[in-house]
Amino acid sequence: MTALAELLATHTVRVVLLGAALLGAISGMLGAFAVLRRQSLLGDALAHAALPGVCLGFMLAGARDLGSIMAGAFFTGALAALVMMLITRATRLKADAALGIVLSVFFAVGVVLLTHLQAQGGAASAGLAGFLFGQAAAILARDLWILGGVGLVALLLVLAFWKEFKLVSFDAGFARAQGFPVTALEVALTVMVALAIVAGLQLAGVVLMVALLVAPAAAARQWTRSLGGMVAVSAGIGAASGAVGALISASARGLATGPVVVLVATGVVLVSFLVAPERGLVPQALAARRARSRISAARVLAAMQDLAAAHDDAAYKAERGMIGVALGAAPPADRLASLEREGLIRPVQHPPETTPHWELTRAGRAAERPGPEGRIDPGPATPEEGG
Amino acid sequence: MAAFLSSIPAMILTTGILVGLSAALLGSFLVLRGNAMLTDAISHSIVFGIILVWLLTRQLAGPVQLLGAAATGVLTVFLSEALARSRLVRMDTAIGLVFPALFSAGVLLISIHARDVHIHAESVLLGEIGFVWMNTVTLLGLPVPVAVVTLGAVFLVNLVFVLAFWKELKLASFDPGLAAALGLAPVALHYALLTLTSVTAVAAFDAVGAILFIAFVIVPPATAYLLTERLWLMVVLAMLLSVAACIAGYVLAVLWNVSIGGMMASMTGLWFALALVLAPRRGLVAQALRGRGERLDHDCRALVAHLFTHHDRPEMDEENTLRALTDHLGWAEPRARAAVLRALDRALIERRGAQLALRPKGMAEAEAIFGRMAPSRLAAADENRGL
Repeated sequence: MTALAELLATHTVRVVLLGAALLGAISGMLGAFAVLRRQSLLGDALAHAALPGVCLGFMLAGARDLGSIMAGAFFTGALAALVMMLITRATRLKADAALGIVLSVFFAVGVVLLTHLQAQGGAASAGLAGFLFGQAAAILARDLWILGGVGLVALLLVLAFWKEFKLVSFDAGFARAQGFPVTALEVALTVMVALAIVAGLQLAGVVLMVALLVAPAAAARQWTRSLGGMVAVSAGIGAASGAVGALISASARGLATGPVVVLVATGVVLVSFLVAPERGLVPQALAARRARSRISAARVLAAMQDLAAAHDDAAYKAERGMIGVALGAAPPADRLASLEREGLIRPVQHPPETTPHWELTRAGRAAERPGPEGRIDPGPATPEEGG
Repeated sequence: MAAFLSSIPAMILTTGILVGLSAALLGSFLVLRGNAMLTDAISHSIVFGIILVWLLTRQLAGPVQLLGAAATGVLTVFLSEALARSRLVRMDTAIGLVFPALFSAGVLLISIHARDVHIHAESVLLGEIGFVWMNTVTLLGLPVPVAVVTLGAVFLVNLVFVLAFWKELKLASFDPGLAAALGLAPVALHYALLTLTSVTAVAAFDAVGAILFIAFVIVPPATAYLLTERLWLMVVLAMLLSVAACIAGYVLAVLWNVSIGGMMASMTGLWFALALVLAPRRGLVAQALRGRGERLDHDCRALVAHLFTHHDRPEMDEENTLRALTDHLGWAEPRARAAVLRALDRALIERRGAQLALRPKGMAEAEAIFGRMAPSRLAAADENRGL
């Protein structure tokens, strides 16, 4: 614990932590829109396509200058998005092929430029490799201003066009019919995905950036049903994953930040998938079990009511096998027991037969027949994904 | 033979060409099936498999290692599909969650064991095709690079698979529903294809790394797809393009002292860009020319219809002129002139002083458009029949 406190006390670590949290928050916030608009893999392609831009920015500035590197990454990312659009519109290649082509070819060109820079040498070019896997430790105090500026621009854009972005994310067709400039808004959202990638490169690196975009949003989606909630939670998870990942990677030698951040964020996703209320796998399984038990008891009751009606005898004494024939399967004992406990049926004897029989009580006769197929409403349905 | 095997450039080229051939064989079907981005997921996540198998067996090469590492690739696809089926997230997000997590775990394990395992985290991305000749086995008394032996075997397996299941692959790629109805087990075929892709990715890992491999799988088949309509020709073209990219890439990489794998992959991108612009029927230039031709034909029909409407009418002198096309139809001057020239060339109209008059062929075309005869010609026809 004291080691942690010592680590936190140093100025460098505080800068790295702050920067990592900031980057994670920006990526998480904008990633929410990418995930909702099914553009997760677009993020992957744009992130890989940022590599040649990083190298170009470095070449033009002649040093590791974050501003020009980010501008370069943004430029090639935007170019990649345009090329992708050209390929899908002008050829019969499917969107996934366009993504794969842009991702791999831009990355290949980036590798060529990277090796060219490394061959030329220079101490600073070594820092470029940090953009492959992320290197939060390289964040400098003056970088925080640039990152903060990008974050502020993104936040202001999201707030200013909240209604429009929301509509385009959930129902682009309706937005177009209402006269919103959908194409312009979609371009703006794609530009913002590119912005998030550019911002997060130092933290996660080009290869793993997609996870920083997708994982916080995927986790946040499980906890909330409103867009506002999702964007806020996603930003929070992104910030936390970024800070924790940066701390772990800074405290151990030779651990690249990107993979650590991604594993932290993936852990959050796993926990969310399992335990998030309503959507989580465990609560869903429990709810399904509850619903099954309710449905089954209700169907047993309905079968008995049907038998009574068919025999025109309200006090018809049904044998277990008889109920089974009416149900299509033998009724489980615990269902009969629970109906008994609720006072809807009661066990009776039907001499000369010795097997147990049941008949409807007054309450059971009066109980409303549960739906046309013997189903009762199993409670609110699981909400559908997205819109 | 010995001279060929001991020549470093020959071995590097052979390795690259074998990667290209193996990848193009499978990639053709992946691109056609819309599964291109699964290659992205597979080629990233095998990094985890490679290091895991190394931790268990302390071996990096050999058939068991190949299959063991390849299993992670298939596992990624399986996990992504299972996650998408659970409806917690959509398929694109599922892919974006699973492979970065496995890739991160792989990269971290490599960093931790960096001293023992001879993989540098950076070469995970770039490959080390320049050093494949260093690691050899003795085959028939000759030292052969391990990568060449492995990739040669993988290429043969892929070739046998594609030839043996040609009909099934073709049908499953173009009509999965019919393939399933005919009992061709498209799911089994899907996983067989992805298993071979994983095996190829592992075999190619030393040479080109995890990401450049994607370029070899997707880009040459996508390029070939722009050039031909026939499946067998597409596969053959894809393989030829790969070979050409390897040779050109190697030459340029040596010339400029940059990454050989990166340059080879960049060249596949160059072929694609050339095909995108210049492909005989589907290229951008051909499309633009065809679009222009179609617009001209349409203008010609509009011109003929216009002349026909005012044929033998009082306003004929004023309407059936070049001037009326710009003044009344609102056509720009060059457009009107091009349409008139085209119609003159095709003998649809002729000049009579300032007037444009329909020739018999143009008259027939206009009558076909309107489905009736011109009044004057109708009267003449009636006369001929003696009415």
